[in-house]
Amino acid sequence: MRASVVALALALALAVASVAHAAPQVEDTMAQRVLACTGCHGPQGRAASDGYYPRIAGKPAGYLYNQLVSFRDGRRPYALMTNLLAPLTDDYLREIAEHFSQLELPYPPPTPATAGVDVLTRGETLVTRGDAALRIPACVQCHGAGLMGVAPSVPALIGMPRDYLNAQLGAWRAGSRHAMPPDCMAQVAQRLAPSDISALSQWLSAQAVPAGAKPAAAAVEPLPLPCGGAPGSPK
Amino acid sequence: MTQRSAARAGLRALVIVALVALLVAALVAWLNQRGEDALLPDAPNAAASPELIARGAYLARAGNCMGCHTERGGVAYAGGRGVPTPFGTVYAPNLTPDPEHGLGRWTASEFWRALHNGRARDGRLLYPAFPYPNYTRVTRSDADAIFAFLRSLPAAAQANRPHTLQFPFDQQAALAVWRALYFRPAAAETDASRGADWNRGAYLVEGLGHCNACHASRNALGATASPLDLAGGLIPVQNWYAPSLASPAEAGVADWSDAHVMTLLKTGISPRGAVMGPMSEVVSGSTQHLSDADLRAMTTYLKALPPPAVTRVAEGTPAPIDGTGAKLYAKHCAACHGDAGDGSPGAYPALAGSRTVTMASAANLVHVVLEGGFPPVTAGNPRPYGMPPFATVLSDDDVAALLTHLRGSWGNRGAAVSAVDVNRFRNAK
Repeated sequence: MRASVVALALALALAVASVAHAAPQVEDTMAQRVLACTGCHGPQGRAASDGYYPRIAGKPAGYLYNQLVSFRDGRRPYALMTNLLAPLTDDYLREIAEHFSQLELPYPPPTPATAGVDVLTRGETLVTRGDAALRIPACVQCHGAGLMGVAPSVPALIGMPRDYLNAQLGAWRAGSRHAMPPDCMAQVAQRLAPSDISALSQWLSAQAVPAGAKPAAAAVEPLPLPCGGAPGSPK
Repeated sequence: MTQRSAARAGLRALVIVALVALLVAALVAWLNQRGEDALLPDAPNAAASPELIARGAYLARAGNCMGCHTERGGVAYAGGRGVPTPFGTVYAPNLTPDPEHGLGRWTASEFWRALHNGRARDGRLLYPAFPYPNYTRVTRSDADAIFAFLRSLPAAAQANRPHTLQFPFDQQAALAVWRALYFRPAAAETDASRGADWNRGAYLVEGLGHCNACHASRNALGATASPLDLAGGLIPVQNWYAPSLASPAEAGVADWSDAHVMTLLKTGISPRGAVMGPMSEVVSGSTQHLSDADLRAMTTYLKALPPPAVTRVAEGTPAPIDGTGAKLYAKHCAACHGDAGDGSPGAYPALAGSRTVTMASAANLVHVVLEGGFPPVTAGNPRPYGMPPFATVLSDDDVAALLTHLRGSWGNRGAAVSAVDVNRFRNAK
């Protein structure tokens, strides 16, 4: 009898305690595990509003994986990412990359261009035809005709803010962003004049992402340059 | 005084100074040689047995050799990682059998001398960033096994990076003085009054595991009080606080169950807390690979560490009444750590009653809030839950208010944290 009274009192006390402060709702999911990422990269990895932390949702898994490994191993220098990923293995980084690659979420509306017609024409030309004289391949050759990237490792070029495009192309050109060697994008970026980078970012950021657009499943033609990050690229 | 006698007095003073300098140099040299046996010529390196190589691989894990001797993303054991010190950066060399850059031309005796006496193959003195004040306790047979393992690795022709130390710390003479003051070769000793487990634990913790390379404070010349000192200290340059392994207010485990200590070292998480920051590397590179018998031995040793006579406690001022910290907690932290700071087992550590939250040094708390982090991926915790960095979201004032709230809530009694404290540790943006 006394034991059951004590048990009842305990049960009541526990019930009161659980009402007083709710225990956190923790799911055994990848979404729960990668809250460490979405703090900066926006809810579900849709990008932060400041244009600095890019969208990661829906990018090809191989591309995301390459970036995670590059941050962890110091190829892409950014202390917050490097420290965050330091204790994680290749396998877990692949799982994180696959998680974000599978998210299909709406894209933000494009940013209206602020440049003149000449600049936009130059941007569009570089994207669709490149510049043979400067040995710049057309963006669409690698990034897909729809510019939504190509699985598994080539990222989209539309659906991103202008500031981010400028920052990344600039970083590649200046040698502070690297990919797996041979680093094809570094070679291309080094052939781009600052005015060409600006033309590209103006045109690309003004393009709307069609509803339901996804990375192309496979490359239509071989890559024009050897790229360490892309499986099957010419050596 | 005539000019002549002045010259004679000057000459005498010069001779005395020279003699004293010579004596000091001889003393330093003698202290550096003391207890060091002459290097015996070895038999040529014969092919080692697979068993010896496997034992060496295990011991190299226990010593976490790879932790320093492998660059981020680099070839295993090929060196190149810098150990930042207040005197400059010391770069760990290539340990693969490459004849030019690695251990290809070394003999087992020379390798033993490096561990036991802190000398390079050519006899030059090594910097104690290589923890030979601890490794000096490693047995010759364990050193031979590690050497056999390293010789079994693929040779990597990766050149060593020269250290970038400031004058005078880049001089062998300075190192000789340091060693004369702080280094004595030692042997693993068995304490007959203790059990086999304790003795094995002492060997691993004090020797190979070199725990006190971090878990002890260092003096102005970078020396710890003794290899047995595990009283906690701020890791130079990195500025993470490696807590005392003896103090009940820090990371002492005297009142933990054996299973909880072993689980923490094996998986990186336990019901009593998780590892973050530099200790993540130790768990992922070293302790998760140790046998249960060795983890139990380390546990036995750590649980028997005598508590310090004086405990550093940060007796608390109550959390500020303006509620800024509580609001920030509700907005950014409560979803995972709970309204009452009780965390979620296996995913997010409890903050109520956490010593990381309440201990005197707030360094680790500031690091975790600013930089976020994951516990290490281990076989026992292959898919850890992470915490986002808040460096770009919270100001120094915000972090101070939040941490002061944590340190004064749910029965925690830690001192307030100021924005100046936070700024001191804000090193990653």
